[in-house]
Amino acid sequence: MTEPDRVLVAFVDALRDAGIAEPVGSTLAFVEAVGALDRPSRSSLYWAGRATLVRRPEDISAYDRAFDAFWRAVPMAPTALAVETVRVVLDDDQLDDDEDDEADEADAHDDPADRVVTVRFSPHEVLRTKDFASYDADELAEARRIMAELRLGGARRRSRRRHASSRRRGDPDLRRTVREALRTQGDAVRLRHLEARQRPRRVVLLCDVSGSMEPYSRALLRFANAAVAGRARVEAFTMGTRLTRLTRELSSRDPDVALEAAAGAVADWSGGTRLGEGLRRFNDQWGVRGMARGAVVVILSDGWDRGDPDELAEQMARLSRVAHRVVWVNPLKASPDYEPLARGMAAALPHVDDFVEGHSLASLEELAEIIRADVPRTRRRVTR
Amino acid sequence: MVAGTVRAGIGSRPCHTDGMDLHDPSEVVAALAEHGYLADEGLATAIFLALRLGRPLLLEGEAGVGKTEVAKVLARWTGGELIRLQCYEGIDAAQAVYEWDYPRQLLHLRAAEAAGPSATGADGPERVDELTDQLFSERFLVRRPLLRAISPTDDGVRPVLLVDEVDRADDEFEAFLLEILSDYAVTVPELGTFRAEVPPVVVITSNRTRDVHDALKRRCLYHWVEHPDFEREVAIVRVRAPEVSDRLARQVAAATESFREAGMYKPPGVAETIDWAQALALLGRDELDEASVSATLGSVLKYREDQQRARHDGLGRLVEAAQRRSGT
Repeated sequence: MTEPDRVLVAFVDALRDAGIAEPVGSTLAFVEAVGALDRPSRSSLYWAGRATLVRRPEDISAYDRAFDAFWRAVPMAPTALAVETVRVVLDDDQLDDDEDDEADEADAHDDPADRVVTVRFSPHEVLRTKDFASYDADELAEARRIMAELRLGGARRRSRRRHASSRRRGDPDLRRTVREALRTQGDAVRLRHLEARQRPRRVVLLCDVSGSMEPYSRALLRFANAAVAGRARVEAFTMGTRLTRLTRELSSRDPDVALEAAAGAVADWSGGTRLGEGLRRFNDQWGVRGMARGAVVVILSDGWDRGDPDELAEQMARLSRVAHRVVWVNPLKASPDYEPLARGMAAALPHVDDFVEGHSLASLEELAEIIRADVPRTRRRVTR
Repeated sequence: MVAGTVRAGIGSRPCHTDGMDLHDPSEVVAALAEHGYLADEGLATAIFLALRLGRPLLLEGEAGVGKTEVAKVLARWTGGELIRLQCYEGIDAAQAVYEWDYPRQLLHLRAAEAAGPSATGADGPERVDELTDQLFSERFLVRRPLLRAISPTDDGVRPVLLVDEVDRADDEFEAFLLEILSDYAVTVPELGTFRAEVPPVVVITSNRTRDVHDALKRRCLYHWVEHPDFEREVAIVRVRAPEVSDRLARQVAAATESFREAGMYKPPGVAETIDWAQALALLGRDELDEASVSATLGSVLKYREDQQRARHDGLGRLVEAAQRRSGT
């Protein structure tokens, strides 16, 4: 490896430190790309890296920071360099530290040494109906295991993809008809047919992680993890003061790995909520552009909102216009004297197809049932 | 996706470059400008590398920032044929790669039967084999865009393959797209393997309604296309709509920019800026005024809520702000 190449490889390492996933293939592509530039300038080097090392817009700002830090440390004539001394450490900002602390705390709760082993008769049954808010760390771990068995399947819809049918209706399958005609010397004895395949609808989970949802958000996130890891067409986001996409982080089959990755990615645990704003961002960046179209959208929130209820109503209306069904899961609904008085909840309800509880395992099983149900799109049929 | 055709004057003659004679991204900027596309340095570098390294270029960005247009201008520049594959949900190999021409195959079978035993005198099972060979020959093969892109061209110029809105197709489709893009070869079981002598220039676009699979991204060079900055947008309007006065172009670009900052549901793209400027020029306007903005608002804002919002914020104020901002 030539000296300049080593510098380039060191830069890719710095990007990895900055949290961007860089497979070896990208390093090779980057080295090759820089090789194709006759006289690499700082800016053409920047853009060669952008084209080969960045694969999603979320990574652009991390790339920019790492690029500045790295190439400030490295003078532009890369040949005159002792590479081994190049080690770029990027400052974590305050937020990151906070998250880490919180994640550590969560880990401490799960530490097996802290566990008191108790023998319970059918713990499953007891846990099923217990409110997540009154769980201890032990029960939460148990619930996590049970949730792994939950399978979330979206309602099905007709796909445009077609396959051979044994029925005698639908469009003719010329491919099979000709194939069979060959055996009979060119006489098409039987006309074969095609039928549309059924595909599950996409399921989108929007999980509120504000302070008031704290007792539930971790359990619900585990539910999201089980859903995302279980099948391909589930997308998960958290909403607090900002919108964070967690599909990638939650896709690990190991719940601890997944939840840790999620904890690292969400910067606004237990902060305030602006549901309207969060939904607006979801609609603008993802939902209306395609992700929510024809999908089952599940919002996990208690509806306590510090934002403007009109904005929330407007965004819910937009969402319900593109989604197949909108399901609102409110853990507080389980309490007998609950009424949707929270302003946000009241504003959102007219645009919700199903309004359900989400405080316990049993209610989450019920939720999975609703998501799977093959009911036609019904409007404004809300059970309060 | 800037719509419209290239008018005479900006469409210069293709130069038949294969990309290997390029030395610097700035050459790409100049060549594309000559063919009516104003690229910034980032996009030019990505295109330069795609041509030099022979890798597909994946372009993501908001609708209307000019992603599809990149492929069109590349075709005009290089003189290669533009082969477009519009993706949609459920697209499969029969529509994207190849299909057999079944009606003609059936006709051929009937004709062969009517003509009696073949010249070779083959009969029975041999006759069936012979017929099968005839039916599954290139004569009855319908080449779809992906197979066409790797087939030899008449003039020897590498074609430009545009795989448009790949995010609309499903994951199964991405898998075989990846297979074809990794060695530019397609296997038709009855015929054998087709391999491109010269790999095509490949441009893939996505609106990011879902994430394109990582494996496909790794194979490609990636560029996130942003809305152009003010001066570039004015220049684009001037190039694409020469009938628009400089003053009007500047004011329209300024007003569009303020729509983007206002956080509309559908922020207008470059295509809308051009449409709007053309609409105003067609009405004989030389600058923005409240009445004509009101009359043409539909060519730039395409959601009812966005239009209501713009009217609520005041079209008169918008015009004033645009005049101040554009310095006209």
